[in-house]
Amino acid sequence: MEAKTKDLWVFVETNEDGTAKNVGIELLTPGKMMAGKQGGALVAVVIGSNVDAAVKAASEHGADKVIVVDGPEYAHYTTDAYTIALCTLVEKYGPTSMLIGATNNGRDLGPRVSCRLHTGLTADCTALDVDEESGNVAWTRPAFGGNLMATILCPDHRPQIGTVRPGVFKKSDAGEAKAEIIKEDIHVDAADIRTQVLELIKEADGENVDLEGAEIIVSGGRGVGGPEGFEPVKALADALGATVGASRAAVDAGWIAHAHQVGQTGKTVGPKLYIACGISGAIQHVAGMSGSDCIVAINKDPEAPIFDIADYGVVGNLFEVLPVLTEEVKKARA
Amino acid sequence: MNMLVCVKQVPDTTEIKIDPVKNTLIREGVPSIVNPFDGYALEAAARIKDKDPSAKIVVLSMGPEQAKAALKECLAIAADKAYLVSDRAFGGSDTLATSYIISETIKKVEELEGKFDVIFCGKQAIDGDTAQVGPEIAEHLNYPQVTYGLEAEVDGDVIKVKKEVEEGVEVIAAKMPAVVTFTKPAWDPRYPTIKRKMAANRAEIPTLTAADLPTIDLTHAGLKGSPTKVKKTFVPQKKTGGVKIKEETAEDSAKKLFQLLSDASII
Ligand SMILES: Cc1cc2nc3c(=O)[nH]c(=O)nc-3n(C[C@H](O)[C@H](O)[C@H](O)COP(=O)(O)OP(=O)(O)OC[C@H]3O[C@@H](n4cnc5c(N)ncnc54)[C@H](O)[C@@H]3O)c2cc1C
Ligand SMILES: Cc1cc2nc3c(=O)[nH]c(=O)nc-3n(C[C@H](O)[C@H](O)[C@H](O)COP(=O)(O)OP(=O)(O)OC[C@H]3O[C@@H](n4cnc5c(N)ncnc54)[C@H](O)[C@@H]3O)c2cc1C
Repeated sequence: MEAKTKDLWVFVETNEDGTAKNVGIELLTPGKMMAGKQGGALVAVVIGSNVDAAVKAASEHGADKVIVVDGPEYAHYTTDAYTIALCTLVEKYGPTSMLIGATNNGRDLGPRVSCRLHTGLTADCTALDVDEESGNVAWTRPAFGGNLMATILCPDHRPQIGTVRPGVFKKSDAGEAKAEIIKEDIHVDAADIRTQVLELIKEADGENVDLEGAEIIVSGGRGVGGPEGFEPVKALADALGATVGASRAAVDAGWIAHAHQVGQTGKTVGPKLYIACGISGAIQHVAGMSGSDCIVAINKDPEAPIFDIADYGVVGNLFEVLPVLTEEVKKARA
Repeated sequence: MNMLVCVKQVPDTTEIKIDPVKNTLIREGVPSIVNPFDGYALEAAARIKDKDPSAKIVVLSMGPEQAKAALKECLAIAADKAYLVSDRAFGGSDTLATSYIISETIKKVEELEGKFDVIFCGKQAIDGDTAQVGPEIAEHLNYPQVTYGLEAEVDGDVIKVKKEVEEGVEVIAAKMPAVVTFTKPAWDPRYPTIKRKMAANRAEIPTLTAADLPTIDLTHAGLKGSPTKVKKTFVPQKKTGGVKIKEETAEDSAKKLFQLLSDASII
């Protein structure tokens, strides 16, 4: 399709309580820069149920306009309802570009929407810019398990769409909420939603593992030696209010559930602080956490590749280092 | 139960090395393998067949003639039938074009094998890494989709999929025909038996070309039919290591780390 405006859209995914997922708000930061270069407005698109909190957040973090689709059928994400809503909006307003957070849902929705609109989609981007000569978005993304980076353009189709990794961009400071709010009534018939959630089986340990939204993550790898080896990892995580992550080696050994796995076949994370304990730093693990602001590695092997990407690397036995570190944190926070 | 599994042959990206002079990927000598996620999709189909031996598993790959090696491996593991779709006109396809060609091929294969109840894909291919082809096939065929599947079970006209989500595992029901993409489950896929391996080696794998796909619109295939264009590729810059801490004792190291992190206002 043809673009009707020069506007850049950011799809702001919502949680079931109507708040915005971090990545949607993060993407308003590069969105502002790109909309500026493309000479259009920055528009946040919020779909969900009772989403006032998400609309407010988008407005406070730089959106010029917020388009809202609110309805009970959007309370829980479904591919069909969200695709219908988003495609209807795109066809009506004709943005030139659109950013979608590369969460599980974003990567489920993005290809469905771009295919229905017959346009290009760049996957899981880690850098965004506007190509000087053509004015197209220059989407940069890792491929080949992080071994290669590619910069991709979508010159002849609109909107140009990309999914963007959580944690790569930083939220701007909240300002005054002054976006124009546009409410759109789009309702989807139950019959057009072809999937149904039958049940949610929570993690065995009863906790939510929200790695993608976490500010601090403490991860354990094969070096923790067994399920009980996660105890000092968990203790530090508790002291810091952090989420527990893991390498695939630890997950495959059955020491911790797969929902904790960080990396190519696990979650992609971008916390402020990532502490890797007994993790060697294989490229498939690094692919999921290299976007962290600060990386700390604790490993007894001074040659471990994790030290190449760590901001702070402690060469030592994690079972000796972690308890002391945990105590220090507790003392400081007492 | 008639199942199709889409399989891509990929270079084993864990074996890829970087040419330190040219700063490019060295692909020579890197073994080609069945995309691991497609192996999980095949295993999910095989588990359905374990319960219902009358079920059929067909595997389909788009790629060069060499991709038949990947298809043979799938035949050796669990598949009953294999097809390759290959044409020069398909080279350079992005995910929109790839999924279009595959969905057109599915229509052709269905004339020969009957309509498929489910189409299984891997979550993503470990080379392109986009995770887009599965959902795009679903859209081209106008089928429902479930992504991040761990396990699937047939219940009447519905496929029930255990899907990995942030909070744990969701059980999702989708009306068939449906597309499901699979991620890594807790178990390992089965190995081929010697008997199946020998049969797979002898198997004839038909190659379909553009000429066999009467409804395909070639302006939507290949490099020209692809909306996304790779402008450049480069090897990512390695971050250089930061501060190394190795004091006399682990206790001192831990204290120093804490000091550095709090001085930098990180904790
Ligand atoms: C297709 C594919 C996808 C993959 N996806 C992922 C993924 O998503 N996530 C992932 O993590 N991996 C993934 N992997 C696996 C990856 O290649 C590595 O095998 C894995 O990350 C290794 O985990 P590890 O670092 O915990 O274990 P190891 O590599 O065995 O490292 C253990 C480390 O612990 C250190 N150590 C041991 N004892 C101690 C101690 N007492 N104190 C301090 N340090 C100690 C050792 O020095 C060593 O460096 C994938 C692989 C493939 C092929
Ligand atoms: C560096 C680089 C970056 C790229 N980035 C993009 C991008 O951002 N957007 C884009 O549209 N294209 C992109 N492409 C093109 C893309 O890699 C190809 O279109 C590729 O054929 C399919 O994408 P994928 O490997 O990511 O597959 P995925 O979408 O990750 O594959 C998912 C599943 O689909 C099935 N499948 C995929 N390919 C085949 C096949 N050939 N035969 C049978 N089944 C298959 C398998 O079940 C597989 O597990 C890129 C290519 C390169 C080289």
